[in-house]
Amino acid sequence: MHEMGIAEQLVQIALDAIPPEIENPRVEKLNLKIGKLSAVVAHSLTFCFEVIAKDTPLEGAVLEIETVPVMVQCLSCNARWEVAGPEFRCPDCKVAEVKMVSGREIEITSLELAQ
Amino acid sequence: MEIKIQKRVLEANETQAQKNRQYFNDQNVFVMNMMSSPGSGKTQTLCKTLTKLMPALRVGVIVGDICTSNDADRLAVTGVKVTQINTDQFGGDCHLGASLILNSAQALDCRDLDLLIVENIGNLVCPAEFDIGEDVRVVVLSVTEGEDKPLKYPLMFRVADAAILNKIDLLPYLDFDAPLAVENMKTVHPQLPVFELSAKTGAGFDPWIEWIRIKVFEKTGR
Repeated sequence: MHEMGIAEQLVQIALDAIPPEIENPRVEKLNLKIGKLSAVVAHSLTFCFEVIAKDTPLEGAVLEIETVPVMVQCLSCNARWEVAGPEFRCPDCKVAEVKMVSGREIEITSLELAQ
Repeated sequence: MEIKIQKRVLEANETQAQKNRQYFNDQNVFVMNMMSSPGSGKTQTLCKTLTKLMPALRVGVIVGDICTSNDADRLAVTGVKVTQINTDQFGGDCHLGASLILNSAQALDCRDLDLLIVENIGNLVCPAEFDIGEDVRVVVLSVTEGEDKPLKYPLMFRVADAAILNKIDLLPYLDFDAPLAVENMKTVHPQLPVFELSAKTGAGFDPWIEWIRIKVFEKTGR
Protein backbone atom coordinates (compact mmCIF):
# COMPACT_ATOMS: atom_id res chain seq x y z
CA MET A 1 0.00 0.00 0.00
CA HIS A 2 2.93 2.32 0.56
CA GLU A 3 4.90 1.12 -2.46
CA MET A 4 4.55 4.56 -4.10
CA GLY A 5 6.47 6.15 -1.23
CA ILE A 6 9.09 3.43 -1.37
CA ALA A 7 9.43 3.91 -5.16
CA GLU A 8 9.96 7.64 -4.59
CA GLN A 9 12.74 6.94 -2.07
CA LEU A 10 14.23 4.39 -4.45
CA VAL A 11 14.41 6.84 -7.34
CA GLN A 12 15.84 9.58 -5.10
CA ILE A 13 18.58 7.32 -3.71
CA ALA A 14 19.47 6.11 -7.22
CA LEU A 15 19.58 9.63 -8.67
CA ASP A 16 21.85 10.76 -5.81
CA ALA A 17 24.18 7.83 -6.49
CA ILE A 18 24.81 8.67 -10.16
CA PRO A 19 28.23 10.39 -10.41
CA PRO A 20 27.62 14.02 -11.49
CA GLU A 21 30.38 13.91 -14.11
CA ILE A 22 28.46 11.42 -16.25
CA GLU A 23 26.67 13.17 -19.09
CA ASN A 24 23.18 12.02 -19.98
CA PRO A 25 23.25 9.01 -17.69
CA ARG A 26 20.83 6.18 -18.33
CA VAL A 27 20.21 3.54 -15.70
CA GLU A 28 19.59 0.07 -17.10
CA LYS A 29 19.04 -1.82 -13.90
CA LEU A 30 18.50 -1.30 -10.18
CA ASN A 31 19.45 -4.19 -7.92
CA LEU A 32 17.33 -4.56 -4.80
CA LYS A 33 17.06 -6.88 -1.84
CA ILE A 34 13.55 -7.31 -0.45
CA GLY A 35 12.95 -9.49 2.59
CA LYS A 36 9.99 -11.87 2.46
CA LEU A 37 8.57 -10.42 5.69
CA SER A 38 8.74 -6.81 4.53
CA ALA A 39 5.43 -5.22 3.66
CA VAL A 40 6.39 -4.69 0.02
CA VAL A 41 4.72 -6.30 -2.97
CA ALA A 42 7.22 -6.62 -5.81
CA HIS A 43 4.61 -6.26 -8.54
CA SER A 44 3.21 -3.03 -7.00
CA LEU A 45 6.68 -1.67 -6.44
CA THR A 46 7.59 -2.24 -10.09
CA PHE A 47 4.41 -0.51 -11.23
CA CYS A 48 5.01 2.49 -8.94
CA PHE A 49 8.66 2.66 -9.94
CA GLU A 50 7.73 2.94 -13.63
CA VAL A 51 5.43 5.86 -12.81
CA ILE A 52 7.99 7.72 -10.69
CA ALA A 53 10.99 6.99 -12.96
CA LYS A 54 9.34 8.52 -16.01
CA ASP A 55 11.32 11.45 -17.45
CA THR A 56 14.33 10.70 -15.22
CA PRO A 57 17.59 8.84 -16.04
CA LEU A 58 15.88 5.80 -14.52
CA GLU A 59 13.07 5.63 -17.05
CA GLY A 60 12.94 2.13 -18.49
CA ALA A 61 15.31 0.69 -15.88
CA VAL A 62 14.66 -2.87 -14.77
CA LEU A 63 14.12 -3.59 -11.07
CA GLU A 64 16.11 -6.73 -10.29
CA ILE A 65 14.66 -7.91 -6.98
CA GLU A 66 16.48 -10.51 -4.91
CA THR A 67 14.07 -12.00 -2.40
CA VAL A 68 15.67 -12.58 1.00
CA PRO A 69 14.33 -15.53 3.02
CA VAL A 70 13.09 -15.07 6.58
CA MET A 71 15.80 -16.43 8.89
CA VAL A 72 15.40 -16.45 12.65
CA GLN A 73 17.48 -17.53 15.61
CA CYS A 74 16.22 -18.88 18.92
CA LEU A 75 17.37 -16.69 21.80
CA SER A 76 17.46 -19.69 24.11
CA CYS A 77 19.12 -22.54 22.23
CA ASN A 78 20.62 -20.51 19.34
CA ALA A 79 19.08 -22.79 16.71
CA ARG A 80 18.81 -20.96 13.40
CA TRP A 81 16.29 -21.80 10.69
CA GLU A 82 14.36 -20.47 7.73
CA VAL A 83 10.75 -19.58 8.45
CA ALA A 84 8.50 -20.84 5.68
CA GLY A 85 5.05 -19.86 7.01
CA PRO A 86 4.09 -17.51 9.85
CA GLU A 87 5.54 -19.92 12.46
CA PHE A 88 8.20 -18.24 14.55
CA ARG A 89 8.29 -20.75 17.39
CA CYS A 90 11.49 -22.63 18.00
CA PRO A 91 10.89 -26.28 17.07
CA ASP A 92 12.91 -27.34 20.16
CA CYS A 93 11.99 -25.07 23.05
CA LYS A 94 8.62 -23.81 21.69
CA VAL A 95 8.26 -20.83 24.06
CA ALA A 96 11.51 -18.90 23.75
CA GLU A 97 11.61 -15.68 21.78
CA VAL A 98 13.42 -15.63 18.46
CA LYS A 99 15.35 -12.82 16.83
CA MET A 100 15.12 -11.93 13.18
CA VAL A 101 18.32 -12.61 11.26
CA SER A 102 17.00 -11.64 7.84
CA GLY A 103 13.74 -11.14 5.97
CA ARG A 104 12.89 -7.49 6.64
CA GLU A 105 15.29 -5.95 4.12
CA ILE A 106 14.19 -3.19 1.76
CA GLU A 107 17.59 -2.31 0.32
CA ILE A 108 19.08 -0.96 -2.84
CA THR A 109 22.43 -2.63 -3.46
CA SER A 110 23.61 -1.16 -6.77
CA LEU A 111 22.62 0.39 -10.06
CA GLU A 112 23.88 -0.40 -13.53
CA LEU A 113 24.48 2.42 -16.00
CA ALA A 114 24.31 2.01 -19.78
CA GLN A 115 27.75 2.37 -21.41
CA MET B 1 29.01 0.26 -15.31
CA GLU B 2 27.80 -0.91 -11.91
CA ILE B 3 27.69 1.58 -9.04
CA LYS B 4 27.50 0.11 -5.53
CA ILE B 5 24.96 1.81 -3.28
CA GLN B 6 24.06 -0.50 -0.37
CA LYS B 7 21.41 1.65 1.26
CA ARG B 8 18.22 0.95 3.15
CA VAL B 9 15.36 2.45 1.20
CA LEU B 10 13.54 3.57 4.36
CA GLU B 11 16.69 5.17 5.75
CA ALA B 12 15.15 8.67 5.65
CA ASN B 13 12.31 7.47 7.89
CA GLU B 14 14.70 5.59 10.18
CA THR B 15 16.91 8.66 10.58
CA GLN B 16 13.88 10.79 11.46
CA ALA B 17 12.65 8.10 13.88
CA GLN B 18 16.00 8.25 15.70
CA LYS B 19 15.66 12.05 15.96
CA ASN B 20 12.15 11.61 17.37
CA ARG B 21 13.45 9.04 19.86
CA GLN B 22 16.16 11.45 21.00
CA TYR B 23 13.56 14.21 21.42
CA PHE B 24 11.26 11.91 23.43
CA ASN B 25 14.19 10.83 25.62
CA ASP B 26 15.18 14.46 26.21
CA GLN B 27 11.58 15.23 27.24
CA ASN B 28 11.52 12.07 29.41
CA VAL B 29 8.21 10.96 27.92
CA PHE B 30 7.24 7.34 27.22
CA VAL B 31 5.82 6.81 23.72
CA MET B 32 3.39 4.08 22.74
CA ASN B 33 2.43 3.40 19.10
CA MET B 34 -1.02 1.77 18.88
CA MET B 35 -1.91 -0.08 15.69
CA SER B 36 -4.76 -2.26 14.47
CA SER B 37 -7.09 -2.89 11.59
CA PRO B 38 -9.98 -0.42 11.14
CA GLY B 39 -12.85 -1.03 13.53
CA SER B 40 -11.02 -3.05 16.19
CA GLY B 41 -12.02 -0.51 18.84
CA LYS B 42 -8.69 1.28 19.21
CA THR B 43 -10.23 4.65 20.04
CA GLN B 44 -12.69 3.25 22.58
CA THR B 45 -9.92 1.18 24.17
CA LEU B 46 -7.86 4.35 24.41
CA CYS B 47 -10.71 6.37 25.94
CA LYS B 48 -11.17 3.75 28.67
CA THR B 49 -7.40 3.46 29.16
CA LEU B 50 -7.06 7.24 29.56
CA THR B 51 -9.77 7.47 32.21
CA LYS B 52 -7.89 4.83 34.22
CA LEU B 53 -4.42 6.36 33.78
CA MET B 54 -5.29 10.03 34.30
CA PRO B 55 -4.74 12.15 36.29
CA ALA B 56 -2.04 10.02 38.01
CA LEU B 57 -0.22 10.02 34.68
CA ARG B 58 -0.14 13.02 32.36
CA VAL B 59 -1.05 11.72 28.92
CA GLY B 60 -1.10 13.17 25.40
CA VAL B 61 -2.46 11.54 22.26
CA ILE B 62 -1.62 11.96 18.58
CA VAL B 63 -4.36 10.50 16.38
CA GLY B 64 -3.76 9.56 12.77
CA ASP B 65 -6.53 9.15 10.24
CA ILE B 66 -6.80 9.70 6.53
CA CYS B 67 -9.80 12.02 7.05
CA THR B 68 -11.98 13.54 9.81
CA SER B 69 -11.20 14.59 13.37
CA ASN B 70 -13.86 12.25 14.80
CA ASP B 71 -11.39 10.19 16.85
CA ALA B 72 -9.69 13.28 18.28
CA ASP B 73 -13.12 14.65 19.25
CA ARG B 74 -14.02 11.37 20.99
CA LEU B 75 -10.72 11.32 22.88
CA ALA B 76 -10.91 15.01 23.85
CA VAL B 77 -13.97 14.20 25.97
CA THR B 78 -11.67 12.41 28.44
CA GLY B 79 -9.77 15.67 28.97
CA VAL B 80 -6.58 14.37 27.35
CA LYS B 81 -4.33 16.66 25.32
CA VAL B 82 -4.94 15.48 21.78
CA THR B 83 -3.87 16.45 18.29
CA GLN B 84 -5.08 15.00 14.99
CA ILE B 85 -2.99 14.20 11.93
CA ASN B 86 -4.95 13.80 8.69
CA THR B 87 -2.81 12.19 6.02
CA ASP B 88 -5.05 13.24 3.12
CA GLN B 89 -3.03 16.45 3.08
CA PHE B 90 -0.02 14.26 2.43
CA GLY B 91 -1.51 12.00 -0.25
CA GLY B 92 -3.84 9.81 1.82
CA ASP B 93 -1.01 7.82 3.33
CA CYS B 94 -1.77 4.46 4.87
CA HIS B 95 0.52 4.94 7.88
CA LEU B 96 2.09 7.65 10.02
CA GLY B 97 5.70 8.24 9.02
CA ALA B 98 8.29 9.50 11.49
CA SER B 99 8.40 12.94 9.86
CA LEU B 100 4.73 13.59 10.70
CA ILE B 101 5.15 12.79 14.39
CA LEU B 102 7.71 15.29 15.65
CA ASN B 103 5.74 18.47 14.82
CA SER B 104 2.61 17.07 16.44
CA ALA B 105 4.57 16.00 19.51
CA GLN B 106 6.11 19.45 19.82
CA ALA B 107 2.66 21.03 19.47
CA LEU B 108 1.48 18.95 22.46
CA ASP B 109 4.47 20.12 24.54
CA CYS B 110 5.84 16.82 25.81
CA ARG B 111 7.60 18.41 28.81
CA ASP B 112 4.27 18.26 30.62
CA LEU B 113 3.62 14.63 29.68
CA ASP B 114 4.58 11.25 31.14
CA LEU B 115 3.03 9.24 28.32
CA LEU B 116 2.43 10.03 24.66
CA ILE B 117 0.17 7.64 22.78
CA VAL B 118 0.11 7.61 18.99
CA GLU B 119 -3.06 6.10 17.58
CA ASN B 120 -1.88 5.03 14.16
CA ILE B 121 -4.01 4.69 11.03
CA GLY B 122 -6.19 1.57 11.02
CA ASN B 123 -4.15 -0.83 8.89
CA LEU B 124 -2.34 -4.05 9.79
CA VAL B 125 0.21 -3.81 6.96
CA CYS B 126 2.01 -0.51 6.45
CA PRO B 127 2.34 0.94 9.97
CA ALA B 128 4.32 -2.18 10.95
CA GLU B 129 7.08 -1.12 8.57
CA PHE B 130 7.52 2.45 9.82
CA ASP B 131 9.41 3.26 13.03
CA ILE B 132 8.19 6.56 14.48
CA GLY B 133 10.60 6.69 17.41
CA GLU B 134 8.26 4.97 19.87
CA ASP B 135 9.26 2.98 22.97
CA VAL B 136 6.67 0.25 22.49
CA ARG B 137 4.20 -0.90 19.85
CA VAL B 138 0.82 -2.31 20.75
CA VAL B 139 -1.48 -4.07 18.31
CA VAL B 140 -5.23 -4.34 18.90
CA LEU B 141 -7.23 -7.26 17.52
CA SER B 142 -10.94 -7.72 18.19
CA VAL B 143 -13.08 -10.84 18.41
CA THR B 144 -15.21 -9.71 15.47
CA GLU B 145 -12.20 -10.32 13.22
CA GLY B 146 -10.68 -13.70 12.29
CA GLU B 147 -8.63 -15.82 14.71
CA ASP B 148 -6.06 -16.17 11.95
CA LYS B 149 -5.29 -12.45 11.60
CA PRO B 150 -1.89 -12.87 13.34
CA LEU B 151 -0.96 -15.52 10.77
CA LYS B 152 -2.16 -13.35 7.89
CA TYR B 153 -0.30 -10.26 9.09
CA PRO B 154 2.76 -11.75 10.79
CA LEU B 155 4.97 -8.65 10.54
CA MET B 156 2.55 -6.58 12.63
CA PHE B 157 2.45 -9.18 15.40
CA ARG B 158 6.22 -9.71 15.18
CA VAL B 159 7.03 -6.02 15.70
CA ALA B 160 4.46 -5.57 18.49
CA ASP B 161 5.57 -5.48 22.15
CA ALA B 162 2.07 -6.28 23.41
CA ALA B 163 -1.32 -7.22 21.97
CA ILE B 164 -4.88 -6.52 23.03
CA LEU B 165 -7.77 -8.84 22.22
CA ASN B 166 -10.75 -6.48 22.40
CA LYS B 167 -14.54 -6.86 22.54
CA ILE B 168 -14.47 -10.03 24.69
CA ASP B 169 -17.99 -9.09 25.91
CA LEU B 170 -19.21 -10.27 22.48
CA LEU B 171 -17.72 -13.78 22.80
CA PRO B 172 -21.01 -15.46 23.89
CA TYR B 173 -22.62 -14.32 20.62
CA LEU B 174 -19.82 -15.31 18.25
CA ASP B 175 -18.10 -18.45 17.04
CA PHE B 176 -14.75 -16.74 17.68
CA ASP B 177 -12.20 -19.08 19.30
CA ALA B 178 -10.31 -16.75 21.66
CA PRO B 179 -7.72 -19.33 22.84
CA LEU B 180 -6.92 -20.08 19.19
CA ALA B 181 -6.47 -16.37 18.43
CA VAL B 182 -4.04 -16.05 21.36
CA GLU B 183 -2.28 -19.23 20.25
CA ASN B 184 -1.87 -17.77 16.75
CA MET B 185 -0.34 -14.61 18.21
CA LYS B 186 2.14 -16.75 20.18
CA THR B 187 2.96 -18.72 17.04
CA VAL B 188 4.16 -15.51 15.41
CA HIS B 189 5.58 -13.99 18.62
CA PRO B 190 6.05 -16.55 21.43
CA GLN B 191 6.68 -14.07 24.28
CA LEU B 192 4.04 -11.51 23.26
CA PRO B 193 1.98 -10.33 26.26
CA VAL B 194 -1.73 -10.54 25.33
CA PHE B 195 -4.44 -8.64 27.21
CA GLU B 196 -8.00 -9.88 26.71
CA LEU B 197 -10.41 -7.08 27.52
CA SER B 198 -13.59 -5.24 26.64
CA ALA B 199 -13.42 -1.50 26.02
CA LYS B 200 -17.20 -1.43 26.36
CA THR B 201 -17.60 -3.06 29.78
CA GLY B 202 -14.11 -2.42 31.17
CA ALA B 203 -13.54 -6.14 31.82
CA GLY B 204 -9.91 -7.27 31.79
CA PHE B 205 -8.40 -3.78 31.97
CA ASP B 206 -6.38 -4.14 35.18
CA PRO B 207 -3.41 -6.16 33.81
CA TRP B 208 -3.25 -3.89 30.74
CA ILE B 209 -3.22 -0.70 32.84
CA GLU B 210 -0.59 -2.23 35.14
CA TRP B 211 1.59 -3.11 32.13
CA ILE B 212 1.51 0.50 30.88
CA ARG B 213 2.22 1.92 34.36
CA ILE B 214 5.27 -0.31 34.76
CA LYS B 215 6.58 0.58 31.29
CA VAL B 216 6.14 4.31 31.87
CA PHE B 217 7.81 4.05 35.29
CA GLU B 218 10.74 2.06 33.92
CA LYS B 219 11.55 4.84 31.48
CA THR B 220 10.52 8.05 33.22
CA GLY B 221 10.72 7.14 36.92
CA ARG B 222 7.18 8.49 37.32
